[in-house]
Amino acid sequence: MDIELAKEDEAFRAEVRKFIAENLTRELSDKITVGASAERSVLRGWQKFLHKRGWIAVNWPTEYGGTGWTAMQKFIFNEEMALANAPRLSPFGLSMVGPVIYTFGNEDQKKQHLSGILSGDTAWCQGYSEPGSGSDLASLKTKAVRVGDDYIVNGQKIWTSYAHEADWIFCLVRTDETVKQQAGITFLLIDMKTPGIEVKPIISIDGLHHLNEVFFTDVKVPVTNRIGEENKGWTYAKFLLVNERTGIAGVPESKRSIVRIKELARKERLGDGGALVDDPAFRHKLSEIEIKLMGLEFTNLRILADAAAGPSSSTLKIVGTEVQQSLAELAVEAVAFYAQPFQKEQLLGTSNESPVGPDYGVATASAYNFGRAASIYGGSNEIQRNVIAKAVLGL
Amino acid sequence: MEFGLSEDQRLLQDGVGRFLEEQSPLEKVREAADSNDFVPRGLWDGIRELGVPGILVPEDFGGMGLGFLDAAIINEMMGRHVAPVPFVGTSVMAPIALTLAGSEAQKQNWLPQIASGDAIVGVGVTERIGVRENAGVIANNGKLTGKALFVIDWSKADVYIVADRDNCLHLVAPDAAGLSSHVLNTIDKTRSVGELVFDNVEAEPLPGANVNIVARMIDAGRIMLAADTLGAGQMMIEKAVIYAGERKQFGRVIGSFQAVKHLCAEMTAALEPCRSLVWYAGHAMDEVPDDASLMACHAKSHLSEVGRFVARTSTEVHGGMGFTDLLGLHYWFKRIGLDRQLLGGPEQVRLEAARLQGWAA
Repeated sequence: MDIELAKEDEAFRAEVRKFIAENLTRELSDKITVGASAERSVLRGWQKFLHKRGWIAVNWPTEYGGTGWTAMQKFIFNEEMALANAPRLSPFGLSMVGPVIYTFGNEDQKKQHLSGILSGDTAWCQGYSEPGSGSDLASLKTKAVRVGDDYIVNGQKIWTSYAHEADWIFCLVRTDETVKQQAGITFLLIDMKTPGIEVKPIISIDGLHHLNEVFFTDVKVPVTNRIGEENKGWTYAKFLLVNERTGIAGVPESKRSIVRIKELARKERLGDGGALVDDPAFRHKLSEIEIKLMGLEFTNLRILADAAAGPSSSTLKIVGTEVQQSLAELAVEAVAFYAQPFQKEQLLGTSNESPVGPDYGVATASAYNFGRAASIYGGSNEIQRNVIAKAVLGL
Repeated sequence: MEFGLSEDQRLLQDGVGRFLEEQSPLEKVREAADSNDFVPRGLWDGIRELGVPGILVPEDFGGMGLGFLDAAIINEMMGRHVAPVPFVGTSVMAPIALTLAGSEAQKQNWLPQIASGDAIVGVGVTERIGVRENAGVIANNGKLTGKALFVIDWSKADVYIVADRDNCLHLVAPDAAGLSSHVLNTIDKTRSVGELVFDNVEAEPLPGANVNIVARMIDAGRIMLAADTLGAGQMMIEKAVIYAGERKQFGRVIGSFQAVKHLCAEMTAALEPCRSLVWYAGHAMDEVPDDASLMACHAKSHLSEVGRFVARTSTEVHGGMGFTDLLGLHYWFKRIGLDRQLLGGPEQVRLEAARLQGWAA
């Protein structure tokens, strides 16, 4: 057991901090602190800084423009970014489809797509879930029929985050209905400007528009947009899901959130004039979550040292999202009645007026509300328990 | 950075685990428990041969001179196999007291005996954490008066180490005049705790004792109890999974029902991250002193809560069998129960953690 960072890792941490100090503007980090969603143009600006520095594709191999960092360097980078309140970049290109393209795609596809993902010039969304295929994803019905050099796609996707801002969608489609569900799925890349695609908003519990339905009517997709082989899409889809789950645990973000809640709890007054930290019931809840998060953090370090020794990504997803949801709940308790005003313009960062109540109250309730999604997306926590029972425990 | 066990540590843990699995199966545990034998001869001899009692005793005094992480991973195995042998008092807290506070002569006398397993040491520090039943020990001109409750490794002790209310530590002979000693029968019949009542009892002070040394004994003890719960909890999960794979209802094994699968998955998701927490707490005792007390509190309170959840859930998965004496699952259930209460329950250690972080008076 050695918990000292190596000299070169310490130096790397200092380098990351320096970069953040020089490039992460106060305006941007404040927005994230308040919890408001940064606009796409702002996010793209941040992505450009990172791209210029060569720090955009943390997990990619160097030959495709990745960093080539060690696991420890990636860990340090992600932690520093979260603690500094740097905006989270959209994961759909960088963490999801990018690795699928460079792992399973052909040379033309790599050439066509990877640079746009890295620069942030191309925005992606994920076409997995359908109205009848949520947890039972493999039952998906959106159909692609081969006609000459094209697939003709018909069907519907749902819960498609940021489809309304996306240039491309990566999609699972059914290409064979006669075989076992998993064996008839194909992975397609589809240009959102293709005729026949219609995007309709789904307004979520926080009153905002993140989610969509995407309808496909006779959408013509060139066969050259297929990843790998026809009917092998499930293999590529699963590869992507494992990456997705590990990221969802969000340990550094939760660490940042604990710091913030502790600040709030010292500030906020109970009815009798005391600070919330003086309330043993509140302290109890906070400390239970903090310790749970510590366990996750140390577990991440353990996985860094020996990937095979750690628990499954499903365990990390369950515990990580439970921590996130508990923290969101505690934040609401901490800001008390200032969690009540609904201030959409302040949330979106489109208003110059001061919010009702303190800055930190603005997004607290909406983060709590939309946070309910965490135990559903990326495979619901119930599905993760099925995965643990089968893959880890052999039940 | 390398967050994990070394090859040596893995070998040590596997060795102790294998020994206990072979030499301390449930029948043996039951035999010892039924006869109130907390130091069963054959088993203890084997433990001695492995060098386990001297794990923390410096090599100059015949021990292995290893660290608290090593002790914690051994204690994990003790919990896993509900081993009916002394450890937390004799092999962890007593060597800390003697090494840090003992005179040269006291060290020469006791440490080699502890390392060889010839001496069992009962440790009484409960009242330094909280006082019940008007307990507490006062030293006056070298003589002790009062009462010490929940003395750990009480049975067959060759000597007791007792903390008085001024955080001085004393060696007390079990046959000292004025000392009366009573077993405290707890739910857990695999470990011994007792009560000592002092009426002007001759005692030998450890000259270097102070509040920090007593605190260190308590920190270490808490981490060991957390590790004990980790091991016992892991075994309860494994037993639940095996049972769910064998027991049939409605013509199929109950492990094929999602309700049962999820209970098992929830136990796994709750316990697995605790392992890293216990490792770090043990490591901090040796290498990150500023973190040690807080981590000891954190490990103790969290493992108490997760341990209770696992103990209840595993018992649930075992259906009617879970609460029979016949199956013996209750040894693990109760072991986790006593771990929770010794050296401060979760409510107490959470309060201490809040104080350490400057949150509570």
